[in-house]
Amino acid sequence: MQPLIARRDATSAMVSAQIPPHGPFGAFDPTAQAQNKAVPRDPAPSRWSYRLHRLWLTPAFRGFVRLGMPALIVAGAIGLWLADADRRASIVGLWTQVDSAFRSRPEFMVQLMSVEGASPVLADSIRRALDLNLPTSSFEIDLAAARVVVEAFDAVEGADLRILPGGILQVDVTERQPAVLWRDGPETLWMLDGTGHRIARVTARGLRADLPLIAGPGAQTNVFEAIALFAAAEPIAARVRGLVRIGARRWDLVLDRDQRILLPAEDPVRALEAMLALHTAQGLLDRDLRSIDLRLPGRTGVQLAPSASDRLRTISQSSSRGTSL
Amino acid sequence: MTDLYHAQRAMRNMRRAALERGVVAVLDIGTSKIACLILRFDPPDADTPDDGFGILAGQAQFRVVGAATTRSRGVRFGEVDAMVETERAIRTVVRSAQKAASVRADHVIATFSGARPRSYGLAGEWEVQSPAVTDQDIARVLAACDMPDLGQGREVLHAHPVNFALDGRTGLADPHGQIGRHLAVDTHLMTVDASAVECLLHCLRRCDLEVAGLASSAYLSGLAALVEDEQEMGAACIDMGGGTTGISIFLKKHLIHADSVRLGGEHISNDISKGLELPLATAERIKTFHGGVQATGMDDREMIEIGADSGDWDKDRRRISRTELIGIMRPRVEEILEDVRAQLDAAGFDHLPGQQIVLTGGASQIPGLDGLAARILGQRVRLGRPMRVQGLPQATTGAAFAAAVGLCLFAARPQDEWWDFETPMPAYPARSLRRAARWLRQNW
Repeated sequence: MQPLIARRDATSAMVSAQIPPHGPFGAFDPTAQAQNKAVPRDPAPSRWSYRLHRLWLTPAFRGFVRLGMPALIVAGAIGLWLADADRRASIVGLWTQVDSAFRSRPEFMVQLMSVEGASPVLADSIRRALDLNLPTSSFEIDLAAARVVVEAFDAVEGADLRILPGGILQVDVTERQPAVLWRDGPETLWMLDGTGHRIARVTARGLRADLPLIAGPGAQTNVFEAIALFAAAEPIAARVRGLVRIGARRWDLVLDRDQRILLPAEDPVRALEAMLALHTAQGLLDRDLRSIDLRLPGRTGVQLAPSASDRLRTISQSSSRGTSL
Repeated sequence: MTDLYHAQRAMRNMRRAALERGVVAVLDIGTSKIACLILRFDPPDADTPDDGFGILAGQAQFRVVGAATTRSRGVRFGEVDAMVETERAIRTVVRSAQKAASVRADHVIATFSGARPRSYGLAGEWEVQSPAVTDQDIARVLAACDMPDLGQGREVLHAHPVNFALDGRTGLADPHGQIGRHLAVDTHLMTVDASAVECLLHCLRRCDLEVAGLASSAYLSGLAALVEDEQEMGAACIDMGGGTTGISIFLKKHLIHADSVRLGGEHISNDISKGLELPLATAERIKTFHGGVQATGMDDREMIEIGADSGDWDKDRRRISRTELIGIMRPRVEEILEDVRAQLDAAGFDHLPGQQIVLTGGASQIPGLDGLAARILGQRVRLGRPMRVQGLPQATTGAAFAAAVGLCLFAARPQDEWWDFETPMPAYPARSLRRAARWLRQNW
């Protein structure tokens, strides 16, 4: 039975949230009666539908049905489909096909390589070292590795590789500038740059007569000092034959006529300049000397050549005889 | 006695578990309708200071998130009559409420109006051993209450300690920690028919619901419809339901008496149906739309179309005057109110300081009832509607939902009952042994 509500207006009288389909109002209206025929008389859910509804309202179950189960079904279907080895192979094949088709599009192809800033011989050897069979896709070119290869050349100080639009692999090379020749043995001659890095072998001294020569063990690690010394020796540049590193410690400046200037380990440039000033004043180097020893500061030693010392001895003997006479 | 004590304790624990989970369904199983409200309890707010009551008298902590009502089936006089039908009705209403709340309710607190409630006033005394009154003393004084003979097949539904007295100071709400020697307690005990309760519990269990509490609807209607002053000064709440009319008397905010008259709104509909030879549904509709108990000069001219679909034109086009309707309804309403008066007199209601009588329940909405009730019950009669609780839909704020709203309040702030106190130690040696073992474990 409906609760008793003594209100006159029909609209607000019913307070039931759940009006049974065959309520007290329905019995009056023939049309409502006809409609009610289709609706089940009993609004009560069956035990199982009640339980299912409660189960559906359980948050864990709901989450499982909404997320977990679709995910499981999809994963299971994909797993079943992939269980066949042929399907997997065909998928891999399809992928590689699509991948290579994309990579080999003309937009990504590198047609030619241009090497700039290198001598023709170096450029040729760079080309050979990179060993790219152009045209090839830009995806295949590892620019960082190629740069390492290019910079591995002795003659290359730095390299800059980039792929320009239009399919050009541009290699900008900064070459090392030769500063000195280094005699590394009886037969071997190396060109070195200002930092002492080897650039290339030279077969004969005469090929690069413009470069000063250094020799001796450890000479290549002090190229900077050697260059400074050569610069200081500019006034006697015509006579300079080269610098020899002695005991990996100090330099000897070798002049023609087998003259040697023994420079100190400390501050050799200053000692050389002082000696050159002496030379300018007194023409020291023009005399018949074997060597000038500058190793001790403040005490310049001079070794005469054997002929000069012989003459000096005869002169002194005759003069002493003369005086005794 | 101990069985019931444990059952009630179990329900209380279940209620605590439900509150921790945050969702409780309250179910008012009436004779004419079954209402289900789903309450969501919020965790206590850290910002608001806890003064023991909370804001809005403790109602702000819950919110009605789902409400549903359905026509009751298989219930007569507030008792389960056809269990399968009742179960279906409960399933319907719980499912609708769950759907509205879109949350699953596992715990349910139920109320019912029937099962012949009977009230007892008990008194107990105890000499306090320690200087101040402890929990143990309160438990002992409650255990010292002399138990009346409840009769065959009766169970205790409510047992409220109503009043504590300590050394001649009476009217203590809580003697806890007070200094005194002689502690006395007055307890209100309410018993119901055990078989009716068993049937109801069985129905709820068959709906996969855990029962977290049971209460009498007379008590809950009083909680919802009486304002605080009335509960304090003494008032009676008459819950006029479909099958029974519940009576509850409050004093000092405690239920001191509850009773019921096994007559209600459905009997009025039955009378109309019999007197006018109408289907029951039609009679109910006519009662709802045109009913009344006060005769006026207009009544003879106000003709009511009855309508039927029997096929007999004369019968289908019958009209009755409102006078006839009032003539049928009024004697039955008078009978109900006379019975209520008799119950109130038997309970000694006229000795209370306050004489307020509040009519609530679905049948209290008959127009003119307050005038008739004033003539029978005394001048201080008013119609009561349940207080507002948060989230309650407008459709369920009427007087018919007093018990459902009271059940919300009961779920949120239940009164301390007998079984909320620990059992006194000497009565249970096994327990004291267990305590000794626990003490040993903790200290060694």
